[in-house]
Amino acid sequence: MNNKAGSPLLAQDHISPDTRHGVILYAENVSVSFDGFKALNDLNLYINDGELRCLIGANGAGKTTLMDVITGKTRPDTGRVSFGQQVDLLQLNESEIANAGIGRKFQKPTVFEQLTVFQNLELSLAGDKGIWVSLFHKLNSEQKDRIAEILKTIGLTANETQLAGALSHGQKQWLEIGMLLAAEPRLLLVDEPVAGMTAQETERTAELLTSLAGKHSVVVVEHDMAFVRSIARKVTVLHQGSVLAEGTMSEIQSNPDVIQVYLGEEQG
Amino acid sequence: MSNKSGSILLDLKNKFNTLHWVVASLFIATFYVTFCNLVFAEGSIFHVSSYTVTLFGKYLCYAMLALAVDLVWGYCGILSLGHGAFFALGGYAMGMYLMRQIGDRGVYGNPELPDFMVFLNWDALPWYWAGSDSVAWMVVMVFVAPAILAFVFGMLAFRSRVSGVYLSIMTQAVTYALMLAFFRNEMGFGGNNGLTDFKEIVGFSLQSESTKLGLFIVTAIALAFAFFVCHFIVNSKMGRVVTAIRDAENRVRFVGYKPENYKVWIFVVSAMIAGVAGALYVPQVGIINPGEFSPLNSIEMVIWVAMGGRGSLYGAIIGAIVVSYAKTRFTAIMPEAWLYGLGGLFVLVTLLLPKGIAGMLPQLKSKFDEKFGKTNNVKTSTPVESK
Repeated sequence: MNNKAGSPLLAQDHISPDTRHGVILYAENVSVSFDGFKALNDLNLYINDGELRCLIGANGAGKTTLMDVITGKTRPDTGRVSFGQQVDLLQLNESEIANAGIGRKFQKPTVFEQLTVFQNLELSLAGDKGIWVSLFHKLNSEQKDRIAEILKTIGLTANETQLAGALSHGQKQWLEIGMLLAAEPRLLLVDEPVAGMTAQETERTAELLTSLAGKHSVVVVEHDMAFVRSIARKVTVLHQGSVLAEGTMSEIQSNPDVIQVYLGEEQG
Repeated sequence: MSNKSGSILLDLKNKFNTLHWVVASLFIATFYVTFCNLVFAEGSIFHVSSYTVTLFGKYLCYAMLALAVDLVWGYCGILSLGHGAFFALGGYAMGMYLMRQIGDRGVYGNPELPDFMVFLNWDALPWYWAGSDSVAWMVVMVFVAPAILAFVFGMLAFRSRVSGVYLSIMTQAVTYALMLAFFRNEMGFGGNNGLTDFKEIVGFSLQSESTKLGLFIVTAIALAFAFFVCHFIVNSKMGRVVTAIRDAENRVRFVGYKPENYKVWIFVVSAMIAGVAGALYVPQVGIINPGEFSPLNSIEMVIWVAMGGRGSLYGAIIGAIVVSYAKTRFTAIMPEAWLYGLGGLFVLVTLLLPKGIAGMLPQLKSKFDEKFGKTNNVKTSTPVESK
C-alpha cells in the first residue's frame, strides 16, 4: 500500500499533462460497446487547454459514457485517450486520474452529506491522499486560505459549518464544483450542472463556470439549451456515439445534420 | 454560590470532550469496583464479589469488541457479520499460551503437550504451536492473527469492490467456515472442547481473586486505550475520509482517494481491537471453543452497536454493556426467552430510537436543560435566548 517509490503510478505529483500543443485532452477513435450496443462509435474529440466546451446530444448519444471513459470508470474497447500529449489515461484508475488533474462532477449532486461544507472541501484539497498522511494530517494556513477562497468563489462562505446534507439542491451542486476546484484540476468535467436549478441559481452557475474557464479547461454536458447558449463558445454535438458537429452555437444551429437529429426534435 | 460552581462546571464542560468523559467514567467505575471488592467484606451491601468483577471484566471485553464493530460499521459502513472470528482468533492466541502454562499439571501430566494432544496420541506439538509458551509471542499473535485474516479478506473483498449485503454474507460465511474448521480435532486447537483448564497467566493463578481483579483492571485500561485509538482515528482526516466513503464512495474515488486501501486499513485495525478483546476475555471466562466463531455471536455484536448508537463510539460501549447485562439477567430468569427478548429489543430500538441510546442522550439533555437549566443558569443565559 505504501510502495510510493516502487510504483510510478503512485507518485502523484509527477503526472502532469504536456500541453505544448495547446490540447489538454485527446480522445481518438474511441469505441465502447455494451452487449452489442455501441455507446461510443469511433469518437474523436480534442479539448483545448483553458477552453469551455459544451457537449450536447440526445439521450443515449454517449455523453456520460464519454465521461466514464475519460475518468477511468469504463474502459474503451478500442481507441486512445490521453491527458495532454503523453499521459495515457487508459493506464490509470479513477483515483490516479483524479490526482493527475481531472475532476468530475456527477449528474446527481454527490457531496459528503454527514460532513460540513468546510470538511467536504478539506477532503478534496490537492495533496497526498495516502492513509498515514491522512491519519496525522493538519491543515496549514495556506490550505485554510485556499478553502476560504473556494468558499467565496462558490458563494457558500456563510454555510461553512453546516452539514452538506442540509444544503439546498443548488448549493450542493456548487459545493461539488467547489470540491473539484479544491483538487486544483486542469480539466473539469461537469455533468448537467443546472438540472433542477431555479433561474437565479442557473444564472449564478453560468457565471461560475465561465469564470473558471481560462484557468481550467471545462467540459460541460447539458440538456438545457438556454444555458448552453449562455455559456458556450464552442459546442460539440454527439450523436449515436460519435461527433456529429462542432462549432459555435450559431454554426451548430444552422448545421442541417444537427437540425435534423437533435435541435429539430427540440424545436418542434 | 451557584454562579461560581456553575462556571467551574461550565469550564469543565468546555474542556472535556467525549474522550475525557469516557476515560473518566471508566476510571471511576473501575476504581469503585476495585475498592468495593477489596475494602468491604463479604456480606456487606457494598461488597462486590469476584464473580461480579469477572462479569464486569467480560462486559468490558464486549465493549471493546463493540468499538471494533462500530469503527467499521458505524463509520465506514462495512456491515461485518463476522467480527466474532477476529475475537475468537485473539482468544485462541491467548488460549494457546495459557494451555502451555499448564505444564505438567494437566490430567495426563505431560509437560510438553496439552491434554487434548495426548488424548489424540500426538507425540509432538504441531508447528504452529511453536513459540506459544512465550508471552511476547502470544501478544504478537493476538494482534497478527486477526490482522492477517482481516487483511487477506479485505484485499480480496474490497479490491473487487464487493459491498453491502454481499459483503455481510461473506463475512458471515468466513466466521462459519472457521467455526467448522476449529471443530475438527485435526486442526490442533482442541476440537469442540476448545482450550480450557487454564491454571495461570504470567505466573499468577487464574483461580485467585487478586488475579481476577487484576484482569478486570487490565481490561478497563485496554478498553480506555482502544477508545483513545478509535477516537483519534475518527476525529482525524482519516476518519472524515472513512465517513465520506460510507456516504459516497464513488465521490471519494473521483476526489483521488483509494477507498479500497482505506477500507482494508480500518478493517485491519478493527480486527486487531477485536483480537485484543478476545485475548482478555479468555482468561476471565476460562475457556475458548469454536462456539465463539458462531455466526449468531457476530450478529449479537451488531445488535449491541445498533442499540448503543451506530456511529457513536461511547454508544457502542453503552450498547454492549446494557445488552450483555440484560442478557445475564434474562437468561437467569428464563433462558429460552432471551433470543425473543433480544429480537424484541432490536425491533423496539430500530423503531423508537433509530440512533440508539447515544442518539437519545442529546435529546434527554436538552429536555433536562429546558426543565432545570433555566433556574441554574439565569446569569449565563443571554436575554436573546430567554424569550
